[in-house]
Amino acid sequence: MFKSHSKKRRFINTLMNIVLLIFSASSVVILAVILISIIVKGIGSVSWNFITSYPSRNPVLAGILPSLVGSLMVVGGSMVVALPIGLATALYLQEFAKSKRWAGLIQSLIYNLAGVPSIVYGIFGAAFFVTTLKAIFVASGSSLTTGRVLLAGILTMSILILPVIVVTTQEALKTVPKNLKEASLALGATKVQTTFKITSRYAFPNILTGVILAIARVLGETAPLLMVGAAGFITFLPTNLFGSFTVLPVQIFSWITRPQAGFQATAAAGIIVLLLTQLLLSGIAIFLRAKLQKRYE
Amino acid sequence: MDEFVYEVSNLNLFYDQVQALKNVSMNIKKNQVTAFIGPSGCGKTSFLRILNRLSDLVEGCTINGTVKLLDEDIFSPSMDVFDLRRRVGMVFQKPNPFPMSIFENVAYGPRCHGIKDKAVLKQLVLESLKQAALYDEVKDRLNKSALELSGGQQQRLCIARALAMKPEVLLMDEPTSALDPIATAKIEELINTLKKNYTIVIVTHSMQQAARISDTTAFFLLGELIEMGPTKEFYATPSDPRSENYITGRFG
Amino acid sequence: MKTTNRLNTIVPYILMFLATIVILISIGLVLSLVFNTVKFFSVVSIVEFFTATEWTPLFADPHYGIYPLIVGTILVVSGAILIAVPVGLMTAIYLSEYAPRWLAKILKPVLEVLSGIPTIVYGFFALTVITPFLQSILPNTQFYNSASASIAMGFMIVPLVSSLSQDALNAVPNQMRTGGYALGLTKWEVTSGILVPSARSGIVASVILAVSRAIGETMIVAIAAGVQPSTSWNPFQSVMTLTGYISLVAQSDAPEGTTAYYALYAVGLLLFLSTLLLNFLGRLFIKRRVAAQNV
Repeated sequence: MFKSHSKKRRFINTLMNIVLLIFSASSVVILAVILISIIVKGIGSVSWNFITSYPSRNPVLAGILPSLVGSLMVVGGSMVVALPIGLATALYLQEFAKSKRWAGLIQSLIYNLAGVPSIVYGIFGAAFFVTTLKAIFVASGSSLTTGRVLLAGILTMSILILPVIVVTTQEALKTVPKNLKEASLALGATKVQTTFKITSRYAFPNILTGVILAIARVLGETAPLLMVGAAGFITFLPTNLFGSFTVLPVQIFSWITRPQAGFQATAAAGIIVLLLTQLLLSGIAIFLRAKLQKRYE
Repeated sequence: MDEFVYEVSNLNLFYDQVQALKNVSMNIKKNQVTAFIGPSGCGKTSFLRILNRLSDLVEGCTINGTVKLLDEDIFSPSMDVFDLRRRVGMVFQKPNPFPMSIFENVAYGPRCHGIKDKAVLKQLVLESLKQAALYDEVKDRLNKSALELSGGQQQRLCIARALAMKPEVLLMDEPTSALDPIATAKIEELINTLKKNYTIVIVTHSMQQAARISDTTAFFLLGELIEMGPTKEFYATPSDPRSENYITGRFG
Repeated sequence: MKTTNRLNTIVPYILMFLATIVILISIGLVLSLVFNTVKFFSVVSIVEFFTATEWTPLFADPHYGIYPLIVGTILVVSGAILIAVPVGLMTAIYLSEYAPRWLAKILKPVLEVLSGIPTIVYGFFALTVITPFLQSILPNTQFYNSASASIAMGFMIVPLVSSLSQDALNAVPNQMRTGGYALGLTKWEVTSGILVPSARSGIVASVILAVSRAIGETMIVAIAAGVQPSTSWNPFQSVMTLTGYISLVAQSDAPEGTTAYYALYAVGLLLFLSTLLLNFLGRLFIKRRVAAQNV
């Protein structure tokens, strides 16, 4: 009854093995193509000069200094705002929540917020922060005429990155073994002491990794900052909270959309700097986590 | 003279550097129930899995010695391992029905092995379910999910699944240890019926079960085959002192 | 650290207070979108929004039919999914069942890197590599077209589909595999006939979440797909997606207070609601997968 179809079945088995491999390899190929094409286009324009100059109408002279400073300000500012709130929220949800309904509500809101497209945060930033800041300026009689300022960018990114920080911190806290916490409580420590001295310390490497990856994420965002006013041509350093600003991805975007062919190379160079910075950050994250992991094991 | 289905000589099994089976030699008689007993970790399950080459799936597994199924070396390159596993079916300790309908569970194997005719498949499925003493309980719900069945029914479904491949041998790895006493009794009764047409090898933790249903018993200890013989004789007058200690409960 | 009794009681409340900010943000988000959308619909009729077929907010005689934006979005998203799902699923199967350890060590980081690359880089890639390539094989391809954006977006989403599908496949109990092999089935027969159907819910979830991600993606389309709304289903022409319009308004400094500006919120609300719904569905399917495996 069972004729041997073995040859055919073996053939299909081997064939599918190859097909699966090819499909999987396509990702590697695409990554290689992306990286190579960008390096080829941009490496010639990356120089110390590039990093320390201001944008210019001449693609050869254009530099990324203001956008680098702007990115730094946005990243730093958003972390200052989002980290305390994010960490507190995660601690509340994981360790201290008494009311299941309240915590459940906040938890599901976090999951929903984490899935909102970044541009929607930009829309919110424009609708709320930009208009509110403008109203404040007008009401206080200052000379500032627009809300499209650095502070708006910082606040918008804070809200965007907040759910991410909460979720990664929660995941880090979940890895803390229950018996560790119980041992601490059994020694007579309070919940607060246990959480801050034991649980947080244990989860710290993973929390830190999450934060660094959040920083990398904020660095790479374009659309929301475009919505709240990041400009494409800034000739000063954006260190004023109430002044115009730009960030690296937006600067790159403005170069991409310029008609002159020379700006493609400039854009590629900017991308190289952006990717290197993110690579550096991820590298630091992995290194720190490995180092701290040993200490806490 | 009884016909031998399996002839095993000087079988050694290594998991990387650790030796799990030492120089095991035995013959398994046709249309009988052979039971492997012994304490945990003695190698009986490892040995069982060599008989259908499931051992191939374990990384770092080295085997030397010969295993012959009806005079064919199962490790020779000319042996088709897929056909081997068809001819030697296996039932596991925890019932593992596929997340499909009852019908599909039994039909999937034959379909892959080349049986496409719907009428033939249906006949095969019904026949196997009857042989596994499950048909009457499920005949009205063949299209329902197999996961809705009770533990005992799921195990009989797994037996039906193996029977649908028209095997010569049925290997059973502690098939009732996850089941309640009533389900266990049903399966033991089934084994008694099945042995008329199939050769059955059963690994069991329960000496009482081995005494109830097997014709031949093989006692394993620390990777060695200590003793093997007709069940009644084995339990009444074991020849090796280690067998006697195990039977009387001094260890294990 | 000596904690006074006061600290022990206050700290949980401080934490809860800070956590409540999440609720405020959510309310604010929804309110700002809804409030401004209502303003928009006080000028433009809802009927026109959903039924008209021209999107020309900046013309002297403006039209606000969302249909072209929907067409554009569907074109780009479906193209992206056409790449992301097969590649992502096959990669997941390969990594979960087939890949030798050394190869997995290469593939997994590659996927992580792909998912971490800023979308602006994908947009640049689409414009400067994919589009010229398409133009060389299909000369009618416009400089701005949805196909280039789809391809770039597809690969951007592959890691998402792959990792969720992998989770689903890994969750299938090993006994399914052993049981399948014991029947004399080949690896492909076990994988395709038993494992993938078992992981069905998780795989569906990954597709749904991929669609959600694709709908919300802005920079790739802003750079490569163009800003010309079109109702044509030709993927080699310029299109405007929902997100494309939003980014256009952002760049053009459209004067605040104009209807064209408020149209932005209506489009944004539509975007928000559709991704919300899809994410909810996706999470539902993941729960179904977890439930099914605990039988």
